[in-house]
Amino acid sequence: MTGELEGPAPEERPTPEGKRNSQGIRVDPEVEAEHEPRRTVISALVEHEPGVLSDVSGLFSRRQFNIESLTVGPTEDEERARMTIVVEEPDPGIEQVEKQLRKLVPVISVRELPSDAMRRELALIKVNATRPDQVAAVADMYGAKSVDASPETATVEITGSRQKIDAAIESFSQFGIREISRTGPTALARGTEDTAAGAPAAEQTSRQQPTQTQTTSDDD
Amino acid sequence: MSERAAPVTHHEAQDSESTDADSSPDAELETDATPVTTGAESVVRALENAGVEYAFGVQGGAIMPVYHVLYGSEITHVTMAHEQGAAHAADAYGIVAGEPGVCLATSGPGATNLVTGIADADMDSDPMLALTGQVPTEFVGNDAFQETDTTGVTKPVTKDNTFSTDADAVGDDVGEAFALAGTGRPGPTLVDLPKDVTNGETDREPSEPRTPDTYEVQEAADPEIVRAAARRIEEAKKPVMLVGGGVIKGDATEEVREFAIEHEIPVVTTMPGLGAFPEDHELSMEMAGMHGTGYANMAITHCDTLIGVGTRFDDRLTGGIETFAPEAEVIHVDIDPAEISKNIHAEYPLVGDAATVVSQLAEEVDSSPQATKWRAQCQQWKSDYSMAYEAPEDEPVKPQFVVEAIDEATSDRAIVTTGVGQHQMWACQYWTFTEPRTWVSSHGLGAMGYGLPAAIGARLAADDDQEVICFDGDGSFLMTIQELAVAVRENMDITVAVLNNEYIGMVRQWQDAFFEGRHAASEYGWCPEFDKLAEAFGARGFRIDDYDDVAETIEAALAYDGPSVIDVHIDPREDVYPMVPSGGDNGQFALTEDQL
Ligand SMILES: Cc1ncc(C[n+]2csc(CCOP(=O)(O)OP(=O)(O)O)c2C)c(N)n1
Repeated sequence: MTGELEGPAPEERPTPEGKRNSQGIRVDPEVEAEHEPRRTVISALVEHEPGVLSDVSGLFSRRQFNIESLTVGPTEDEERARMTIVVEEPDPGIEQVEKQLRKLVPVISVRELPSDAMRRELALIKVNATRPDQVAAVADMYGAKSVDASPETATVEITGSRQKIDAAIESFSQFGIREISRTGPTALARGTEDTAAGAPAAEQTSRQQPTQTQTTSDDD
Repeated sequence: MSERAAPVTHHEAQDSESTDADSSPDAELETDATPVTTGAESVVRALENAGVEYAFGVQGGAIMPVYHVLYGSEITHVTMAHEQGAAHAADAYGIVAGEPGVCLATSGPGATNLVTGIADADMDSDPMLALTGQVPTEFVGNDAFQETDTTGVTKPVTKDNTFSTDADAVGDDVGEAFALAGTGRPGPTLVDLPKDVTNGETDREPSEPRTPDTYEVQEAADPEIVRAAARRIEEAKKPVMLVGGGVIKGDATEEVREFAIEHEIPVVTTMPGLGAFPEDHELSMEMAGMHGTGYANMAITHCDTLIGVGTRFDDRLTGGIETFAPEAEVIHVDIDPAEISKNIHAEYPLVGDAATVVSQLAEEVDSSPQATKWRAQCQQWKSDYSMAYEAPEDEPVKPQFVVEAIDEATSDRAIVTTGVGQHQMWACQYWTFTEPRTWVSSHGLGAMGYGLPAAIGARLAADDDQEVICFDGDGSFLMTIQELAVAVRENMDITVAVLNNEYIGMVRQWQDAFFEGRHAASEYGWCPEFDKLAEAFGARGFRIDDYDDVAETIEAALAYDGPSVIDVHIDPREDVYPMVPSGGDNGQFALTEDQL
């Protein structure tokens, strides 16, 4: 083509005022609002079949969702498993996580848990056993249970919120920590509220994007 | 509209064949055929139950049991030269027929050769079912001969895939995969078939092909949001309808056309949406995006209300997100909730089937937008940025001229397939698309080599009186040229026009624009003579060197009742414009290299 086309050149064309942010949301040119990432818990009920964990983890890596932890285990129904996923994403990202999860065929239902949901994590903490009495005292303070003892080591088990476990580890560190293993949180909604067994995948979809930010509580 | 455009639900397909089939999941089908005795028979029975007419594939050790049964079946198998060709052919068949195309491959290299075609179908939401052989279950995981973790490899590029483990269930797996491929948002599905499973004994007839219980599709959008969107449309001063491939896949062209024409709303299409709205209609602004028309991109950039139907707002369409339709409130109709607000936030999210939701909107909109000035502005842009090119007689042939000449020489219902590159863009820009399911191209993946196998698949799905034209580039054509052998063997009436610039031209254009004109690996020192090559395959070969040859050669190639190849020697320096540089502002498209 020879450039014989008429009409104004690029720089002479009018540019509209409005703009969108990097999340595709129309913004006031002055404000430039972006959603900040927040940490939240998503619970998914899935078919208990081979490959479903890799379906979910593969989805997270290929879509570059920022996943903090993922736990999975059986439920009251032996054909179903529950996944508890902690993600840190801006609101549009969290919405995408939910929608993309729902698209996986073995996924039955998906839900972002409310901030008052019960969240528990398990940790095993192995410390040097030079001062067994003091280890027991610290364990007591955090409601931890001793699960193994040897002349050189003491291992305790502790369940609770992430903060509580962080605090316990901090306290145990005075004895010299040898090893730690943590599960990442698993969670259930409170009371009679269903955690993620509600409507089938397609029904919860047309709602508007949540705009207000929710913080998930980490305490008991 | 295509005669095949009626939506196929597999339940219907099933019902028509066995009227008194029980609706319970395990109902055995009533068929006249002999009872199945092996897993492979169950696989083929499932395909027959689904109404499959054609399958494309290549033989091999692990898939042999299935072929053994296919041999005696009514299904016509087309043996392709390469599995990539099988997948593209099945994909194109799916686009034109509106029901899943089927491809087969053996394990390992057969399966990996399918991957490009599967990924292509995934990006473009084309209905397709891939069946792959697998080593016997007891060898799986041992790195056996020709073993590949096919479900693992294809997981990210399939709508769903299944590793079949049981001869009793394998037919159901295939039926379910077929149903899934064509239901809701279409896409490719795959069933991996270990040889012991297909060889295994079973007397279980596959049940009715149906989607799994956990898969649900929302047909109609939330009436409340429909009402709100309708009010927005009534008040719009500068409305645009943005019509994507989902409109064609969802058989919503009639609804969309009626709606746009009734309310006099200018229509822009995406590349996969070509044919959804007649490009010769006054309201058509044609295609938007990187190589879309200047007027389409101006309309998108300046509209205040954007009604996107069946589009996923791909970056080749939007350019930079920040500057895409910066003043528009967006109404987004899509059957896949995950597409809503993925790239462009929708103020009015309408999840549902395109035809249903556009009808809902049509019901709800009481008055047309007051947009006389806006329409005049759109017409002004159409003349300001008209798609002109120069074609001096004494210079090499311009590709645009060739596209227009073939368009003129064929009917409105002719089907166009392409490779990927400049030739693909000239086909988009200079062919006037007026009918759905007449444009078959690799959009989201941009897979060179798509054109010829796609023409083969399209040919089998097309009506006899529809011409099938493939525009290819010299580079793209070379990637799957071996499929000419198939076209000749099956005596398929297709015409390939190779827009030969002896460059991998699109790359050369970008090098000229953005890489100091250094033609790294984009220039062919020697390019085969495609007309002679075609003759060697047994097809008819033609060559065009200047304008005098054009009309006559096209006529002869179209008249030939079999595959023909026209090697069109075009101006090697011709570039594709307008162009929005990657991630750029659609309203700032360049008309020449100087403006980039
Ligand atoms: C399989 C594959 N490899 C590489 C590319 C990158 N690519 C995009 S366009 C293009 C050039 C295509 O050349 P040709 O087929 O001759 O068409 P032309 O642009 O000259 O019309 C290339 C190499 C691609 N799209 N697909």
